[in-house]
Amino acid sequence: MAINQLSIFLENKPGTLVLVTDALGRAGIDIRAMSLADTQDFGILRLIVGDAKAAKEILSDIGCVVSITQVVGVAVADTPGALTEVTRLLCEHGINIEYMYAFLTSRGSSAYVVLRVNDNDRASALLSESGIQLIDESDIKTL
Amino acid sequence: MFFQKEIETMPRKKLEELQLERLRHQVDFCSRNVPFYAKRLAEAGVTPERIKVLSDAQYIPLTTKADIRDNYPYGLFAVPMKEIVRIHASSGTTGKPTVVGYTKRDLDNWSDCVARLCAAVGVTDEDVAQIAFGYGLFTGALGLHYGLEKLGCAVIPVSSGNTEKQAMLLKDFGTTTLISTPSYAMYISEVAREMGIARKDLKLRIGLFGSEGCTNELRQKIEQGLGVFSTDNYGMSELMGPGVSGECVYRNGLHINEDHFLAEIIDPETGIPREPGEEGELVITPLTKEGIPLLRYRTKDITRLNLEPCACGRTFARMEKVSGRSDDMLKIRGVNVFPSQIESVIAAIKGVAPHYELILTRKNYTDYLEVRVELSDASLLEHYGELDNLRNTIVSKLQTVLGLKAKVTLAAPSSIRRYEGKAKRIIDKRNESGL
Repeated sequence: MAINQLSIFLENKPGTLVLVTDALGRAGIDIRAMSLADTQDFGILRLIVGDAKAAKEILSDIGCVVSITQVVGVAVADTPGALTEVTRLLCEHGINIEYMYAFLTSRGSSAYVVLRVNDNDRASALLSESGIQLIDESDIKTL
Repeated sequence: MFFQKEIETMPRKKLEELQLERLRHQVDFCSRNVPFYAKRLAEAGVTPERIKVLSDAQYIPLTTKADIRDNYPYGLFAVPMKEIVRIHASSGTTGKPTVVGYTKRDLDNWSDCVARLCAAVGVTDEDVAQIAFGYGLFTGALGLHYGLEKLGCAVIPVSSGNTEKQAMLLKDFGTTTLISTPSYAMYISEVAREMGIARKDLKLRIGLFGSEGCTNELRQKIEQGLGVFSTDNYGMSELMGPGVSGECVYRNGLHINEDHFLAEIIDPETGIPREPGEEGELVITPLTKEGIPLLRYRTKDITRLNLEPCACGRTFARMEKVSGRSDDMLKIRGVNVFPSQIESVIAAIKGVAPHYELILTRKNYTDYLEVRVELSDASLLEHYGELDNLRNTIVSKLQTVLGLKAKVTLAAPSSIRRYEGKAKRIIDKRNESGL
């Protein structure tokens, strides 16, 4: 089980992020989660949105370099120590986390974590077997 | 294919006799009709009789672009205005433009030269030729226009600009031959793709690209984008315009129209002639020009000459693709850098588009070169490391080629300016105040 994530190349200068968020906003695409890290010259914006394919098309049209990759989404209880359950499990099985970010929604008591690991399928299986709740594409729209 | 086979395949001995006869005539013609040359030649002690063999050309003083400017506008014309039927001028980026004039015979010779280079790459009277050079004072558009018409092509004089329309006409008019600068061809290809025009929608088969240099790497990108056989031709308004030389189908050098042009290679520093095969600055003497007959004009272009026979049957010497211009050459931290070297590196790297911009700055009396290139490969976005690797690859390849460490900046697609004519890729801020 996996969810689609958009990665967008941004030059590190004023205005580049506006172009992206404005285009998505006008197309009625809701951003559910985001992460933006930068180096000196450029950044990569990572987004989880309701409709990744439509968003990719819109952003390509305005001249962005965009890719879609599969990431793992998990729901964890919004309580101290809950995340450790996930990270320890992956650690014990030698699965490396390349990057991760979290988001909350106005409903429910869970926090959601997006994980980019070196083996999606194995990570999903392990988490699922241990009773950790995974989220998929359809959940993104309804969370 | 030939336009004037007998001349284009003339035995070299006969060709050189013709050149010698014409050179003597030009020396005589200039000293009689152009006061500037009368004085120069007298000072150097050069008379037609002193030119006994072709290599005696070396005694004739060199002419530079500054000489043409100093005699602005008509000082070097050799015939009265009554005989002049066309005037062109080069885009003067600094100061006054350089002005050239043509007699009826000059125009006739010019169109012959252009028709030859078009025929040499396979253009025939069946072709539909779209000229995307800017019409006007610039010689490129009208030069190709008259030559292609003489060859019998259907010419579409669309001029440069309005790139969507260029792409539309390519498709709707069934254009088979495109004439433009290589950088504009690349841009047209991008716009056509954005408009949903595929290679199979086009009948395009030959590209005649000129007026600026084109590396083999950029050529390949244009060929992939437009599905054309991309060819290079060379000329400059001071000498005539396009038509000085052009490739044949073997694309192994540009055949110089030697019955109309005498080519030499000199050491750009000392002016001393170099042997065929040695690299240096190209010096050209037009052998039949009447309007503005220059003697030993310094082109500033760096190339070498190849006198070996060519598989196409032409006996005309070939000049190598120009490797740089002595006045385009950048001195960065004392290192000589030609923009064409940078273009070769960038166009050969996967993941970036073949558009680039060079920004030169100076800090604490030291020069810095920044190269901006557009990222095109979205698959690299998964890891910062891959983007860093891409950047480091470019840095190290540039360092190998230039012997100089440049800063490389990855830019967003289409963020680097596109040009409809000659591309201006260098932004030199080194002499701005405060540095």
